[in-house]
Amino acid sequence: MAIEGADIIKAAACLGAGISMGLGAIGPGVGEGMAAAKACEAIGRNPSEAGLLTRTMLVGQAVSESTGIYSLVIALLLLFVV
Amino acid sequence: MDIQSWIRVSSVVGAGVSMGFGAIGSAVGEGYAAGCANEAMSRRPDMYNDIARTMLLGQAVAESAAIFSLLIAMLLLFTGGSSTSPLAPFGLIAAGICMGIGAIGSGIGSGLPAGAATIGIARQPASKSQITTTMLIGAAITQTSAIYSLVTSFLLIFMDYSARPFAPFWAALLGAGISTGIAAIGSGVGEGFVAQTGVESVARNPTAMSRVVNVMMLSMAVAETTSIYGLLIAMILLFKTYPATASLASAAALLGAGICMGIGAIGPGIGEGLTGQQAIRWIGRNEEATPIITRTMLVGQAVSESTGIYSLVIAFIMIFVV
Repeated sequence: MAIEGADIIKAAACLGAGISMGLGAIGPGVGEGMAAAKACEAIGRNPSEAGLLTRTMLVGQAVSESTGIYSLVIALLLLFVV
Repeated sequence: MDIQSWIRVSSVVGAGVSMGFGAIGSAVGEGYAAGCANEAMSRRPDMYNDIARTMLLGQAVAESAAIFSLLIAMLLLFTGGSSTSPLAPFGLIAAGICMGIGAIGSGIGSGLPAGAATIGIARQPASKSQITTTMLIGAAITQTSAIYSLVTSFLLIFMDYSARPFAPFWAALLGAGISTGIAAIGSGVGEGFVAQTGVESVARNPTAMSRVVNVMMLSMAVAETTSIYGLLIAMILLFKTYPATASLASAAALLGAGICMGIGAIGPGIGEGLTGQQAIRWIGRNEEATPIITRTMLVGQAVSESTGIYSLVIAFIMIFVV
């Protein structure tokens, strides 16, 4: 089985895309979970501020999401551009 | 070396991986339960019998993940050589990886409610039966991700590969094992966090049991989704038909899909578990706020789920597009 250079590059890009998106999903997943956990705790202490707390939680989670989106972008670039 | 020897080599390596990794989770979880039982007994030495019985009951559930690993290791050692396909070594190694790594999360996770139950019984001896019921429900649901790994391992060992093309199906076998196995870590640990606090809340406030258990099961179901994605990708990898190809890239895409979904499921599983943990803790303390806490918990978990869905999308692209 002759293996061409282009084939190896494509294969490495596929593995790289998998590793990028896989590892990149750990941080946002745990971090957003922690933000939501603290929001639930705060609402339990003070349910009257639920609207403000949910809004703050979503803003914080959106920032935390950004690294997951970077991983997604890199994975898509590896799959379709490289 | 002939194919029979390769099959034998992969069976013994697979058995080692299965039992070695599979022993981590249950041992940690059971050790945690025993530590909590000591703490509980030092507070209430007179309740020795009840505490020890609860500890052993919880440890027995946590042990089941390691028993699944033992079962797969025994199957690999004693029946591994039945197929003579050149694909068989990949299937046997993948079965070992899948069950070994898949038992880590459930083993750790099931130990957490067992520990919380021993402390809870020392604190609230009157609600012993409610605490034990909550512990058993929580620990049983936590075991499901190890059961997904067990099912995938059985398929990998006993599937008929004879009609499959060697390349790229070898990568699909490895990818399926990695996907289900690694994805089970996050859900197992995350659901363990939820079950632990569910037991704690029932011990603190036994009158809120029905609400606590309902939200606990809802939250565990959400944390379970990422390990279901892992199982879904594994099933697609195993049952899709592939044209024979010598291209390394199509094999790497299948392996990459398994790695992507497996690792990508860890974070959301743990994060959703952390969210459910705090939500249930505060439902136990402030029962009137249950609807608003549940709503916020679900919104937060949905956002945390998003990166797991990105991994699922990338895995689908690698299987069906690349």
